[in-house]
Amino acid sequence: MKPHTLSVIVENKAGVLSRVTGLFSRRGFNIESLAVGTSEEPGMSRITIVVIGDDAQIEQVMKQLNKLIDVIKVSDITENERVERELALIKVNAEPGTSRAEIMQIASIFRAQIVDLGSKSVILQVTGDTEKIDALEKLLRQYGVKELVRTGRIAILRGAKTVASLK
Amino acid sequence: MKTGAKILIESLQREGVEIIFGYPGGSVLPIYDELYDSSLRHILMRHEQAAAHAADGYARASGRVGVCLATSGPGACNLVTGIATAYMDSIPIVAITGQVPTTMLGNDAFQESDITGITLPITKHNYLVKNTADIARVVRESFYIAGTGRQGPVLIDLPKDVNTNQIEEQPFLEKVSLRSYNPTYKGHKRQIEKALELIGQAERPLIYAGGGVISSNGSAELVEFATRLAIPVTTTLMGLGCITCDHPLNLGMLGMHGTEYANFAVTECDLMIAIGVRFDDRVTGKLNTFAPHAKIIHIDIDPAEIGKNKRVDIPIVGDAKSVLKDILSMLSRHGAHDTWLKKIKHWKQHHPLRYKNDGKLHPQFIIQKLSELLKGNAIIVSEVGQNQMWTAQYYCFTTPRTWITSGGLGTMGYGFPAAIGAHFARPDLPVFDVAGDGSIQMNIQEMGTVAHNNIPVKIAILNNMYLGMVRQWQELFYDRRYSYTELPSVDFVKIANAYGIEGVKVESPDDVMSALRAALDCDGPFVMDFRVEREENVFPMVPAGAAINEMIGGHPIS
Repeated sequence: MKPHTLSVIVENKAGVLSRVTGLFSRRGFNIESLAVGTSEEPGMSRITIVVIGDDAQIEQVMKQLNKLIDVIKVSDITENERVERELALIKVNAEPGTSRAEIMQIASIFRAQIVDLGSKSVILQVTGDTEKIDALEKLLRQYGVKELVRTGRIAILRGAKTVASLK
Repeated sequence: MKTGAKILIESLQREGVEIIFGYPGGSVLPIYDELYDSSLRHILMRHEQAAAHAADGYARASGRVGVCLATSGPGACNLVTGIATAYMDSIPIVAITGQVPTTMLGNDAFQESDITGITLPITKHNYLVKNTADIARVVRESFYIAGTGRQGPVLIDLPKDVNTNQIEEQPFLEKVSLRSYNPTYKGHKRQIEKALELIGQAERPLIYAGGGVISSNGSAELVEFATRLAIPVTTTLMGLGCITCDHPLNLGMLGMHGTEYANFAVTECDLMIAIGVRFDDRVTGKLNTFAPHAKIIHIDIDPAEIGKNKRVDIPIVGDAKSVLKDILSMLSRHGAHDTWLKKIKHWKQHHPLRYKNDGKLHPQFIIQKLSELLKGNAIIVSEVGQNQMWTAQYYCFTTPRTWITSGGLGTMGYGFPAAIGAHFARPDLPVFDVAGDGSIQMNIQEMGTVAHNNIPVKIAILNNMYLGMVRQWQELFYDRRYSYTELPSVDFVKIANAYGIEGVKVESPDDVMSALRAALDCDGPFVMDFRVEREENVFPMVPAGAAINEMIGGHPIS
C-alpha cells in the first residue's frame, strides 16, 4: 500500500468531477488528494488524484476510471520523474510589536510570500511538496494559525515527456 | 422550425426504434403530444419500473436497444430499479426522462429529482440536456454507447422547455465519434496464440461461458470451438442457451445452484477458459478454492473485469464472438480429452439433478413439463428466487436469447414486465414468465397492461405461499425461524379474471400438462396458479462463501 499519483485527462463538461469522485467512494477507494483545472488542450481538464492502495487496487481504479465515457486518459505517474506541487494560504496571528519579524523570517526561509498584511494578521502563500507545507504549518502553529487553505497536489512530468505521450 | 420533442421522436426513429414502453406525466406532455400522431408505438405500462424492465426484456430477446420513457420526479425514480437491473446484466437500454424546465432546475420544483445524479452509479452514461440543439446528438450518442462495447443503460434527462423550444432544422449526424470511448472488439493476436498453446497442453480443460457470449451473438462460435476441441462447457445463469442443454459437452449451470458435475469439473479442471463472465460470487463461492488446479484464460470485452476477482494467466480483451472467430481460424487440429470426458460422464450419470418423485406437485416437475411442451421454441422469463433457479436447472434451453432473467441485481418483479418486452421483440414465439407468488405480486399491476393490449404472456406461478428462497435460507441457516417469509394464500385466478384474463388453478401433477397446454393455446394472456409443495428446496446448494464442490444435497467428488 503506497500513494499513487494519477493524472486523469477528462472532457471539460458539467458533472465530470462527480462522476470521477463518485466512482472512488462507491468502489471504496480513498482519495488522499485531488486537484482539478483546465489543461493545455481546450475542452479538456486535468485531474490529479493521489490514491493509496496496492497494485491490484490501483489497476482496478484506473480501469474503472477508463470506463467513464468522459475520461480521455488515465496515467499512473508514480514511477516517473516529476514535479509535484501544492499551494497553501496560511493566515497567522501577528499583532504589531509581537512576532511579526520572526514570522517574516520563517516565510523567507520557506520561500513563502506575504500576500496580505493586516493590523492583526499576516497571510503567507507557500508552494511546495506536502512535507514542506506540513513543516511550515507546524512552525507557524506557535503564533496561532487563524485559517489555513490548501490545494490538492498537482503533478507534471520532468523533461520533454508529457502525460499524453505516455503509453 | 421543430420542437425538441419532435426532434426526439425523429431521432428515435432514425435509430430504428419501433416501440417504447412508458408512462406519461406533466413534464413529458410535449413528448406524449408528439407520440399521439407518430408511427412510433408506445405501450402504456402500469408502473414506470415495469417500463424499464419491459425495455430490458425487449433488448435481451432482440439484441437491440430497448427504450423506456417516464416523467420527472417520481416517474424517473421509479425507473431506477429497472435501470440498475439492466446495468448489472449489461443490457442496452435508453431511458428517457422528463425534467422540470431548465429555469427551475435545482429549485426543488414540483416533481423535480436529480435523476442524472441518482443514476450516476447505475448507468453506463447519462445526459442532462440543456439545449434543444443537443437532442439529436445526445440520442445518437446514447444509442451508440448503450449498444457497443460492454453494453448497458444510458439515461437522457430532458427538461420540459428543452422539449418545447423550437429550433431550425439540423443535418442528421451520421457518425458518432467520442474521443474518450473506443471499445476493443478484436483480441490481441499474441494473447490468442498464448491461449492456444495452453489449450494444446491441457488435459482437463473446461469452458466457463456467460452472458458475454449471448450479448456478442457468439454462441455458434462457442459451440464450434467446444466441439472441435472436445472441451466441456458450463454456463452461468446469464449464459444459459449459448449451447443447447442436451449437447453432450454441456454441463449445465455452475455455482451456488449449479449441477454437481459442473462444480466438480471446475474443481478438477487444469485449464479454465472463461468467456464473457465476471467471476461473480454466486458462481465462484470461496475464491481461492475456485478452479484451484487450473490455469485461467479470460476473454472479456471489459478490461476492468479481468483480474477483478480472480487472478488470470492469459487475459484477452475483446468481444467474445470476435475472439472465438479468431481462435477458430487459428486452430490447426481437433482435440480429444477422452479420460476427462469419461470422468465427467461418470459424474453426470451418478449425480444428476433430482427431486422426490412421490406423486405430489413439485415445482421442478412443472418446469420439466413446460420444457417438454415447448421444446425450446419459446421465450422463458423468470422472476427471482427459487422459481428462477428451478427454471435454470430443469428447463432445456436450446437457443440464445430465449432465457431472460435478472442475474446480477436479482430483481423480484422483473419477470412479468420483461416478458411483455420480450413478446414485442419476438411476437413469433410464446412467452412464459415463471414466477413465485412473492415475485409476481411485485409487479402484478401489469396484468392491466397485458389485458389492455391483449399481450399473450403466460404466467406460471409456482405458488408455495412463501418467499421461498429466503425461507430456504432460514430453514438451512437460521434454524427454521421463518421470519416474515410466509405469505397468505392469494387467489391469482380471481385477480386475473378481474382484469379480464383467463386462468387456472392446479393442485395435482396430473393436471400440469393440460394447464400448460391451455395457456399455450390461449390467444391472450393466461395465468396458471400452481399450488406446489410448500417447503421444497433448491438443491444442490453451495452455502455462501463455501468452496463450490461442497454442496448441500451433493456428494464428494468421486
